[in-house]
Amino acid sequence: MTVFVPVSLEEAFDAFDQCPDAHLLAGGTDFMVEVSFAHRRPPAVICLRKVAELTGWRLEGSEVVLGAGITYTELMGDELAGPLPGLAQASRTVGSPQIRNAGTLGGNLGTASPAGDTLPVLAALDAMMTVASREGRRDLRLDDLVVGPKLTTLRPGEVIVEVRLPASLGSQEFLKVGTRNAMVIAVANVALVVDWLGHSVRCALGSVGPTVIRASDAEEFVASRIDWSGRTLTDAADVAEFAALVRSAARPIDDHRSTADYRRHAVGVCAHRALERVFSDHTEKALERAS
Amino acid sequence: MSELIDYQLQVNGLGHDVVEAWLGESLLYVLRERLGLPGSKNACEQGECGSCSVLMDGKLVCSCMVLAAGAVGADIVTVEGLAAGEHELSDIQAAFLAEGAVQCGFCTPGLVVSVHDLLEHNPDPTELEVREAISGNLCRCTGYGRILAAVRAAQEARQG
Amino acid sequence: MSTVTGVRRGRLGESAARPDGVPKVRGQFAFSSDLFSEGMLWGHLVRSPHPSATIRGVDVSEALRIPGVRAVLTADDVPGRKTYGLDYPDQPVFAWDVVRYMGEPVAGVAADHPETARRGAAAIVVDYVPTEPVTDSEAAADAAPIHPLGNVLYRQKIRRGDPDAKGAVVVEGRYETGMQDQAFMGPESGLAIPAEDGGVDLYIATQWLHVDQEQIAACLALPLTKVRLHLAGVGGAFGAREDMSMQVQICLLALRTGRPVKMTYSREESFFGHVHRHPAVMFYRHHADSEGQLVKVEARLILDGGAYLSSSTAVTMNAAVFAGGPYRIPNAVVEAVAVRTNNPPCGAMRGFGAVQSCFAYEAQMDKLAGALGLDPVELRLRNAIKPGDSLITGQVLRGAAPVAEVIRTCAAAPLPAGGPATAAEIGLPGGAGRAADRDRVRRGVGFAVGFKNLMYSGGFDDSSTARCRLEDGVATITCAAVEVGQGFVTLAQQITRDVLGVDDVILAPPGTVDIASAGSTSASRQTWMSGGAVQAACLAVRDRLLANVSSRYGVPREALELVEGRVVSLDRQIDLPISEAAQGEVLEETVTFSHPPTAELDANGQGDAHVSFAFAAHRAVVDVDLELGLVRVIEIATSQDVGRVLNPVQLVGQVEGGIAQGVGLAVMEELILDHGRVRNPSFTDYIIPTALDMPPVRIAALIEEPEPGAPMGAKGVGEPPTISSTAAVVAAIRAATGLELPRAPVRPQDIALAGATPTPQSRPIDAEVSS
Repeated sequence: MTVFVPVSLEEAFDAFDQCPDAHLLAGGTDFMVEVSFAHRRPPAVICLRKVAELTGWRLEGSEVVLGAGITYTELMGDELAGPLPGLAQASRTVGSPQIRNAGTLGGNLGTASPAGDTLPVLAALDAMMTVASREGRRDLRLDDLVVGPKLTTLRPGEVIVEVRLPASLGSQEFLKVGTRNAMVIAVANVALVVDWLGHSVRCALGSVGPTVIRASDAEEFVASRIDWSGRTLTDAADVAEFAALVRSAARPIDDHRSTADYRRHAVGVCAHRALERVFSDHTEKALERAS
Repeated sequence: MSELIDYQLQVNGLGHDVVEAWLGESLLYVLRERLGLPGSKNACEQGECGSCSVLMDGKLVCSCMVLAAGAVGADIVTVEGLAAGEHELSDIQAAFLAEGAVQCGFCTPGLVVSVHDLLEHNPDPTELEVREAISGNLCRCTGYGRILAAVRAAQEARQG
Repeated sequence: MSTVTGVRRGRLGESAARPDGVPKVRGQFAFSSDLFSEGMLWGHLVRSPHPSATIRGVDVSEALRIPGVRAVLTADDVPGRKTYGLDYPDQPVFAWDVVRYMGEPVAGVAADHPETARRGAAAIVVDYVPTEPVTDSEAAADAAPIHPLGNVLYRQKIRRGDPDAKGAVVVEGRYETGMQDQAFMGPESGLAIPAEDGGVDLYIATQWLHVDQEQIAACLALPLTKVRLHLAGVGGAFGAREDMSMQVQICLLALRTGRPVKMTYSREESFFGHVHRHPAVMFYRHHADSEGQLVKVEARLILDGGAYLSSSTAVTMNAAVFAGGPYRIPNAVVEAVAVRTNNPPCGAMRGFGAVQSCFAYEAQMDKLAGALGLDPVELRLRNAIKPGDSLITGQVLRGAAPVAEVIRTCAAAPLPAGGPATAAEIGLPGGAGRAADRDRVRRGVGFAVGFKNLMYSGGFDDSSTARCRLEDGVATITCAAVEVGQGFVTLAQQITRDVLGVDDVILAPPGTVDIASAGSTSASRQTWMSGGAVQAACLAVRDRLLANVSSRYGVPREALELVEGRVVSLDRQIDLPISEAAQGEVLEETVTFSHPPTAELDANGQGDAHVSFAFAAHRAVVDVDLELGLVRVIEIATSQDVGRVLNPVQLVGQVEGGIAQGVGLAVMEELILDHGRVRNPSFTDYIIPTALDMPPVRIAALIEEPEPGAPMGAKGVGEPPTISSTAAVVAAIRAATGLELPRAPVRPQDIALAGATPTPQSRPIDAEVSS
């Protein structure tokens, strides 16, 4: 096995030229487990830790562009939690402090676990991922990048470089259900975004299908019921119907962590609560402004 | 076996030569088996227990998750590097002893490193903040009670 | 919460600092996985992926061709007895002809590098023919035998009083506990070094050096003198190291290669490499009168012993003996049976059968309280056993048994302030996941009390040997008692200082060479047995010293005493430091300490089978999100009967640590089996409480009623915290949810989807388990 430690994308592409089968290593929190347990012995590893283009983040107009090497801890920091509150909430639920210091957003994407905690948020925000190779760059939405459990459409020689997200988009919520209060793989997770200006609702579900699911029927339904000018949703039956549609969108399985029945139930409860919180928060904030 | 390489790691303020190592070795393995620093422990080697916790460029990480060959250039601090001198204990190490926070001791090095990191970044944490900060360190013996007491004692001593 | 500062060189009753503490906090303490020997090879085992299969053949040729692989061994290479076991040797060193559980070792490899050893193991081809496993414990006794010795491992019957007695009120239920794992942090590891005399020195983390030695010697066909065990640092045990793991295999590899061989299990392998807590299915019926006085308990308990015997005999006996709980019950019809299945072998885990029974009988007591309209604590007080009462084995309680006080003080502890409405967001069920909704979170309080024996029982007469050597004012203690973290090493020094008054107490490294057995670190016995042996050896040294001074000075022995490290006569004419009083003589005494003999239980499970008992109560407060079924344990209060507090901070550590394991079994810990296959052999999915899951422990009372006959009056404290803590947490969840919840661990779906799936019907208690 050969290890490359490039300091730039160009050097990373050089490494790929030498070893087209090389596996990418970011924070190591998924990959090293597979190596240690001999599930994986790739011929080469390209360690991305020092690649300059993958670090840091920037504001571009109304968007935040995150380097794929950004860690969960950085996403939880005040600077990014402001414009990306859902992502900050999701990041806080990942693993442990040790994992959050090392694990990266690009890694969460590359691993493509059905339970990846940032993925529902990225889906709900219609994130745009940029992947690059020597041949050039292409931009992908989540459902074009992650297409199955642990399956991405990354081609050999490609590196996830950036994730582009709208800054401070509407009200955002992220809820995760797990059987322990820390270091737990989600049994269900839900990201909700209510776009006040765009008059749309996005609701993305994790751990209840092979990939993240956008509950589009539920989104359309509730968007049609919201009083956008008053920013209210007053009928409890509408919230309940929203939750029911979310449940219908879920395609969970039974496994050693949980049952399909519970996962479907949990995702409905989380969606229900996320929606309630957005509107009660909003009412509170409106009342605060009014008083 | 496949390629072996040589490289240097910066650990506890000193340069360490790693010679003829298999490139897939984790930092934990290299620390324990090649550099004579067995203080970091191997309770799971899967990032799920924190017993291998070290500081890497000032950040708390699981050394079992770090590819050693990829850690070249990083400033690494292990449990062996926390005290000021060879015959001394850090205040946190002393607090762990005084408060009965050590039973079998397997989780202790990782916890001590985590607590050093916690109090470095948050000198006056609430109990919940302490619990969240050490939530990546599993202990099977103590139930965390005496560990929390040790953190409180160290925290108060630093404040007072 | 106390912040008692450790006293550097403490006496009994003080929070003396542990002697291995400094190396442990520095990361310099040598655990078995830290051992190193020049020229050592690395060992690795080949394990069956099938829970049940016949072995048609084992082809090691490919493995032997790998450069760096030095030896490959199978069952044919075991020179002596090919099986081992704590009670009866039914477990193969390497399986042959058949494998009976997923993970059973079939072959072993030694190689230059751990990676090479792994590859060597992977290159061994075992021709398995999978067969249908027996995995249903309720059906196992009737199923085709999976072992020549049959599928019933042990049966314990208890019959007391009138089997037809009836009560005005009857409650019944079917209860279940899942397979818990000890999940110690230090993975199994050892280092075997072949010796020039054809023997072997084994450095190993274990719970009982001498019983390992006997088994290893039999397998290696070596005399005991050639099998020398030395204790390596132990990273927790909790019962999992009572059975051997790799001991025989690495000794064989070392003897075959002529090189030291080290083996360390990965965490995944560890889950397969040790026994687990017996899952239990328990049918109960309690009869009581209209005042709530218990009339009769009927119980049938089925323990899944897995593929091999291990200590199922004793666990089953315990489950039966303690099936009624710490209550006066004049009539009892109890049967506990351990069955053999193709599930992973089960054996000792802290609590040892009494945990499972307690979960069931305390649920029953709450049901009874409900049926009678009585407060659950009041019901327990009305029935609480006290000295002079008989257990269901007929044994009369003679020692300290402050059960009523344990119950009362625990129940009286103030409840924690606040509630879901005021908790911090991260303090709600589900933590940082923020899925909980305060309006849907209900708080519940549950109470339970339990008990268990200390030391071994039923005629297995126990002993421990210790040596005290006094030279130049320094005492050296030699004792094979294994330190697993519980703090025996601290206690040994405290006892020595107490008796001899010397400050410097050296503990010789425990091993089999220089001293006889100290018995196992289990059964909450070491304080009593090895503490007793150390005390007796120190007293013998003291007596010899004083006798010497007496004859030298012509002063009566009774006029001399040892005070603060000085030999002093009552009239103060003689006042010498020990070193001077000894006059250069080395005083050494070796004492074997035994407890009063116990009797075997007769055919009806009657007899004075136990030496002593300890009691503890727990009160749990939980918050439950009713819609999601997420549980947050808010606080556990406890009172425990301890005899005497020998080291306050260490005692609290044992209480809190035991409760953590009880919390784990209540809400999150279970080895999930699917037709004998373990689905979650990792810390990712076998989850134990983190600091965010474990609540604060409020110690309501540590009741110090000295136990007659116990050296220092102290009772063992390790297991009582695990006995009723699980039951208390689940009782609290029942209070919050109104659900029956007959199974531990409680899963979110058990709460959130209750009513969607019917609970299993109770099987009639009279149905016999046929043999």
